[in-house]
Amino acid sequence: MQFLNLKHKYENSEYTLSYPDFLLNEKEHLLIIGGSGSGKTTLLHILGGLLKPTAGEVIINGTSMYSLSETGLDKFRRNHIGIVFQRIHLLSALTVIENLALAQYLSKQPKNKSLLHDLLSELGIADKAKKYPNELSFGESQRVGIARAIINKPSILLADEPTSNLDDKNSEKVLALLQQQAEKNEASLIIATHDERIKRHYSTILNLDNEIIPAGNE
Amino acid sequence: MNIFKLSFSYLKKSPLNTGLNILLLALGIATITILLLFNHQFRNNLIQNAEGIDLVVGAKGSPIQLILSSIYHIDSPTGNISLKEVQGIINHPMVAEAIPLALGDNYQGYRIVGTEHSYLTMYEANIEKGEFWTYSKEVVAGAKAANKLQLSVGDTIISSHGVIEDGSAHEDEPLIIVGILEETNSVLDQLLLTSVESVWDVHEHDEEHEEHDEHDHEEGDEHDHHHEEHEEHRMEVSTEPFGFIKSDNLEKELTSLLITYNSPLAGVMFPRFVNGQTDMQAAAPGFEITRLLSLLGIGFDVLQVFGFILILASMLGVFIALYNAMKERKYDLAVMRTLGGSRVVLMSQTLLEGILLVLSGSLLGILFAHLGIAYLSGTYQQAEQFNINAWIILPEELIILGGALVLGVLSALVPAIIAYRTPISTTLSKES
Repeated sequence: MQFLNLKHKYENSEYTLSYPDFLLNEKEHLLIIGGSGSGKTTLLHILGGLLKPTAGEVIINGTSMYSLSETGLDKFRRNHIGIVFQRIHLLSALTVIENLALAQYLSKQPKNKSLLHDLLSELGIADKAKKYPNELSFGESQRVGIARAIINKPSILLADEPTSNLDDKNSEKVLALLQQQAEKNEASLIIATHDERIKRHYSTILNLDNEIIPAGNE
Repeated sequence: MNIFKLSFSYLKKSPLNTGLNILLLALGIATITILLLFNHQFRNNLIQNAEGIDLVVGAKGSPIQLILSSIYHIDSPTGNISLKEVQGIINHPMVAEAIPLALGDNYQGYRIVGTEHSYLTMYEANIEKGEFWTYSKEVVAGAKAANKLQLSVGDTIISSHGVIEDGSAHEDEPLIIVGILEETNSVLDQLLLTSVESVWDVHEHDEEHEEHDEHDHEEGDEHDHHHEEHEEHRMEVSTEPFGFIKSDNLEKELTSLLITYNSPLAGVMFPRFVNGQTDMQAAAPGFEITRLLSLLGIGFDVLQVFGFILILASMLGVFIALYNAMKERKYDLAVMRTLGGSRVVLMSQTLLEGILLVLSGSLLGILFAHLGIAYLSGTYQQAEQFNINAWIILPEELIILGGALVLGVLSALVPAIIAYRTPISTTLSKES
């Protein structure tokens, strides 16, 4: 994965976020660090194919993402990207297992319920399959969120502030889980965080605070 | 999981909202459909039953009442007309055919009509079991009446005085069922038919006991075995049109006459003659039906407007429900995009949700309508009289269904476009 000359300016903002060029090898993990307003989430959205940057290119597995058409990008996301959001965003109308089944359906994977159950047991939440999201603790929701992100066996797994609401012990657990799932799927794990605790686990770090970026909206 | 199940889950998530929308729509659709079914069948039956009858002549009173009592057998008769007056009518040169009706008795609410075979011929009625009447006090039952009253050939019934139930019974004068008609889908199905003489006999019984012996002598030999079974009081009835008019019974009475004209010209002249120069009145079914329908029409129109208002309100409800849902679900929508769902999938899901709502509301409404009609026609004998059938599906119902679906799609369209347009990144960034 590679990004070049990335710049983004939000419509009603006078500031332009610009990012250093970067190259990440296959299966390599990356930590994006920066204080709030440094453009972490924006970068994560750009890398996840959710936000078209004002300028620059994102190349994943040899494909320049933003030169794809809208449907091409949908398809690309479906096949290559998995995202764990800071606020999980499970669909509240669906049970845990239905949330996963929906991800399987939307990413056009063959329907496979036993795979979903296996995944839930692997993450230690097999007993929550029939629960609705509002019946889960944050930690449990996060595990469902991780499960949902890896259902399409992505080559890039993005996680936005996965540890921000957790104590030391639990953040270790989540990081381990993310790493384990990324490795199992042979995916690059990219974590955006302001959490300095994580730093020591990663060799490849992109620190956005070092860049001279005026505070914009994130 | 698919968009169908997803839509269903969303609908299930807010059951009160969903239920209210479905119910509102169902009520609107039911109102319209009931009107449609009722109006259609009512109109058809009004017209069909009056087919072949140019004019009804009866005692003075309300012309609509005369039509209702003599053709449709609802409402009470206006009174009686004497045979002397009847003679003046049936011998009139403009009259091609006249059918006598003698009303006034019922059996468990089913009217007994004294008439001639020509009345049955007019409705093209055939005997299913048994035979037509030959003797006085023999009765042929209409198909539905026979079915409801569980009558079979050979049964005897005790009639009551009056055209509705609860009259005093003619206990000494049992009538015997000799035939049961095939279903005609006309008013005949609900009637018990007999000869004019039967009706007279039942009524005059109390006053004229002594006449019995006379009648017995008049019977023919070929009916001997009948004679043995019901030896008492059996008189063969006349088979000639108006053969029951004898020189010595001109004071006897009928209820009304159903007239067919000789020429179209009579339509102008003959009613004027009856109304002006006799003590009777003439009522033309076509004219009175039109008048009746225009009176009822106001009520129908009001109900119809009410039904449409209900439908529009429920469509607005569907729109508001989906529109609000889109606001609530913008994260869901954005997340589904990140999971690889295309805009088209999300838009179809929203449309599908609208369609599911409207479809279930409409189908429920149509079901309500048919159940409602079934209940009404089972409860009110007047509805039965009009052969209102609850389980007829009219093509118009499909039009209603289609129309509702179009409205449903329209009200889901704006929310669907919102779903289509939801930007992913900005929605997800707006953590609230």
